[in-house]
Amino acid sequence: MIKLENVTKIFPGSDIPAVDNLSLDIKEGEVCVLVGPSGCGKTTTMKMINRIYDPTEGRIILGDKDIMDTNIIQLRLNIGYVIQEIGLFPHLSIEDNVATVPRELKWPKEKVKQRVDELLTLVGLEPEIYGKRRPSHLSGGQRQRVGVARAMAADPPVMLMDEPFGAVDPITRNRLQNEFLRLQEQLKKTIVFVTHDIDEAIKMGDKIAAMQEGRLIQYSDPDELLSTPKNEFVANLVGRNRSIKRLHLMHTRDVLNNDVAYVKLKTPLEEIEQKVKDSKLRAVMVLGDDNKLMGIISKEDIKREKGEVAADYYQEILNTCTDDATLNDALSVMLSYGEGFIAVTDGQERFKGIITVGDIFGVVKDDANDN
Amino acid sequence: MQMIIKNWFRWLGVPLILILISAAFVIYVVNNPGGAMAARSLTYQNILRYLREHVHLVFVALGLATAVGVPAGILLTRPKLRRIGKVVENIVNVGQTIPSLAILALFYVYLGLGFRTGVFALWLYCILPILRNTYAGIKSIEPGIIEAALGMGMNPVKILTRIELPLSYPVIMAGIRTAVVICVGTATMATFIGAGGLGDLIVTGLSVRRTIIILTGAFLSAMLAIILDYILGQVEQYLTGRDVNS
Repeated sequence: MIKLENVTKIFPGSDIPAVDNLSLDIKEGEVCVLVGPSGCGKTTTMKMINRIYDPTEGRIILGDKDIMDTNIIQLRLNIGYVIQEIGLFPHLSIEDNVATVPRELKWPKEKVKQRVDELLTLVGLEPEIYGKRRPSHLSGGQRQRVGVARAMAADPPVMLMDEPFGAVDPITRNRLQNEFLRLQEQLKKTIVFVTHDIDEAIKMGDKIAAMQEGRLIQYSDPDELLSTPKNEFVANLVGRNRSIKRLHLMHTRDVLNNDVAYVKLKTPLEEIEQKVKDSKLRAVMVLGDDNKLMGIISKEDIKREKGEVAADYYQEILNTCTDDATLNDALSVMLSYGEGFIAVTDGQERFKGIITVGDIFGVVKDDANDN
Repeated sequence: MQMIIKNWFRWLGVPLILILISAAFVIYVVNNPGGAMAARSLTYQNILRYLREHVHLVFVALGLATAVGVPAGILLTRPKLRRIGKVVENIVNVGQTIPSLAILALFYVYLGLGFRTGVFALWLYCILPILRNTYAGIKSIEPGIIEAALGMGMNPVKILTRIELPLSYPVIMAGIRTAVVICVGTATMATFIGAGGLGDLIVTGLSVRRTIIILTGAFLSAMLAIILDYILGQVEQYLTGRDVNS
């Protein structure tokens, strides 16, 4: 989809190339993350794709056309663009911001309005509430969402994203990343994603391009980058404790433990007591209709509450995650609730199993032994 | 309903009150000139003529200054002229420090006496804050915003009209307002090159040593500056407010 062939960029007034003889082949529907320390040329490389900068040497092919042969305005209208600090227009409402490219493309008014509402809903912002607001009235995370919505407005096949989640706190960033991955699973855009954060790269990328001083050092999928770093630089970039980093790559569904005691809402007290006693967790899960996770009953709950069936005893369970979350996410949920395990559900809140801290350590240990 | 009354008052009420105060002042001094000498200068006919000349000077100079200053400021921010921009900005800043009287005197040498010389000198003097603010207003826009617009496929004309001008508009307006105040004040100097205006009153007052004549000229030109500045301020707010709700 995007092909860079021996691309070099030397800025005027500089002897050292910002990007040095770089070749890269990005397939359709893939997220390619350019990662490296600041000044490694990752942003410059990205900005050459929509011709914010023109390459000094080499060619960039988008689809099957050299970008230098495409009309520059047409080229840019067909590439979604999210930059650092987002660059929302402060004097325009959220709606008008998102509508920028569709209006440039002269879409009819009705269609623009419809598309804007659709996109705002997609990124989780109620159009009625947020549409008329100014960017300054939104939180950092909300602004990032608008930035992504704006870039997707005309449904471009290609998107360029320069640290799109850079300016928000770690918790919001994590949530935005997960939302973004879920969207990408449906939309299958070809994305060039720039970041200096190797963890983000591993999490977001189908392919990772590690760059240093304008050169491409290694281009491979995240698993390979972690297991066989090409040289000292990449090894340092991904860090020494690589097996821990793989927690970003593995999903909860991969290590799920479904041998867990559970009871139904109508299960009588005696049976609950027995199951709790036998359970390693000293607790049982309570499932409703269609295996929906309702809550949990621990030894203490049995003592404290009174009643006859499970429905009278169970407590809400907070330490849960979905089965497409990464092990890293699961571990941070456990840490934040101070629990040694986490209940895993699918997208419809149906109970899938649990993961304990021990399971996660097991993964890390196996991995360390493998290496 | 209360809103409408409030708006009406803001638009017309305040200038009207200021105009009434000025009118009352004029009526008072014409009826109590405190001597035959002052009475000869302070007639309704004279005062109105000076006022008209003054307003005429200010409007023509300011209109021309805006018509040239804003586009020139925009031009200086274009990539090709960016390098000159810095130089021009410095020249403009230095230019502002030249005393207005010196500028008037300078052009009198070349252009002779009269209205045209007055307008030209005022125009040159007013252009400075307008040009400087237009340039600074556009330059101060965060580069990321412009880059985002560029990356989304806006052409330079659209970036200017949709992004740069609306964003720098308050700064440009502030420049025009500064120019108005400077212009009304400086226009009193135009009397020295025979361009008329309220300065005539002040100079006459000085030469015949009648404070009340000086005071009339000074008071009216100050009122004129306040009223024009106020109206421009309201226009600015109105346009910004409309922008917010659109």
